[in-house]
Amino acid sequence: MLDRINKAQKLMNAACETLGRQINIMEVCGTHTVSIFRNGVRSILPANLRLLSGPGCPVCVTDQGYIDAVLQLADREDCIIATYGDMIRVPGQDDSLETKRAKAEVKVVLSSEDALQLAKDHPEKTVIFIAVGFETTAPATAVVVKEAAAASIDNFCILSGHKLVVPAMRALLSGMNNKIDAFLCPGHVSVIIGYGAFAGIVRDFGRPCVVAGFEAVQIIEGLAEICRQLSAGRAELKSMYSAVVTEKGNTAAQQVIGECFEPVDGYWRGLGKIEKSTLKLKDKYERFDAFKRFDISESPVAERKGCRCGEVLCGLIEPPQCALFGRSCTPQEPVGPCMVSSEGACAAWFKYGQGKRHK
Amino acid sequence: MCLAIPARIVELEADRAVVDAMGNRWKARTTLLPEAKLGDLVLIHAGFAISLVDEEEAKKTWQLIAQIYEFEDTPNKVSG
Repeated sequence: MLDRINKAQKLMNAACETLGRQINIMEVCGTHTVSIFRNGVRSILPANLRLLSGPGCPVCVTDQGYIDAVLQLADREDCIIATYGDMIRVPGQDDSLETKRAKAEVKVVLSSEDALQLAKDHPEKTVIFIAVGFETTAPATAVVVKEAAAASIDNFCILSGHKLVVPAMRALLSGMNNKIDAFLCPGHVSVIIGYGAFAGIVRDFGRPCVVAGFEAVQIIEGLAEICRQLSAGRAELKSMYSAVVTEKGNTAAQQVIGECFEPVDGYWRGLGKIEKSTLKLKDKYERFDAFKRFDISESPVAERKGCRCGEVLCGLIEPPQCALFGRSCTPQEPVGPCMVSSEGACAAWFKYGQGKRHK
Repeated sequence: MCLAIPARIVELEADRAVVDAMGNRWKARTTLLPEAKLGDLVLIHAGFAISLVDEEEAKKTWQLIAQIYEFEDTPNKVSG
């Protein structure tokens, strides 16, 4: 393995020297972010190669308006909130699901199926599943919505905040941060959507897109491949994670997403409104749509005062550039979601960089 | 949140499975991976199998998961 790392590092160094300018590569997956820090990958990068942690952590990109909608629903006495554990500590305007737990019924679930089971076990309550995540979790939500419909489990509904990765990458390049030279594409999202899903970014924006696994050596080889392409003036689509990622992805999962959901314009933290980037239940399943059932909307609201998570997610600043970082915002008492989630860029910087530049 | 866990299918009835990873067993569904068979190693995400995976790749991911757990368990130690 050391041979592979050395070889990749040589390739990376040579390519970055040829390029002679600042290179910005964005990783779009929270698990990559954690692995990069955990394994000290940044410490072996050439000086002019910068890694940006993009909008790859589902909790982080979830808009404040959605969080507030969740907290509003948690106040209802006739409901149980079923949520993945990641969401529980995200602060809203005044509190979080965690602080509401004393009064509200909030259950942590490991799968969408557990949420549906809660509804079966509690017919006297309405169970609202906080359906967040990218293309990896969306099919799991779709499956249980179909099952709830088939079995007429009407005390179940979902608040869909599912997001699509590719529209966010396009939005970044289209305006918010066109300084991104290439993307290190997510591993397990690609299992679902297939690496072919990134072809449009390569074609339309001329940026290399390389899918990599999560091991340090796989990440380093992915970065080296990107550097090779950039120094040769090329932009190609490549998967270096052939153990589980195919060009077409998991078609059964894509099919069930398409059956239940349609992409609509949606709000992202920091990135604002992005065209066709959020999954909404199709009309035939609208009775399971918590937005409709409780007549609530996800209105855009301002981020908490001083919080710069939005700029972090766009790769415009690094976490230590935020005045709150490590002072009033820490993993123990987070202000913004990038510090809440263990996959967030701020949490990773804090835990491994402790506020110092990680190079 | 987008890290799937490799696990072996040790029981399977229709699309309902029991899977095993590193000695931990839990329920999962194979609805999204109709080709999955008893004994297969699969990637499980949010309770659903999403892909077949080979032994070598599974081992790598298990190691990574062990690292991440270590990471999540240590916030107080590194906050200094």
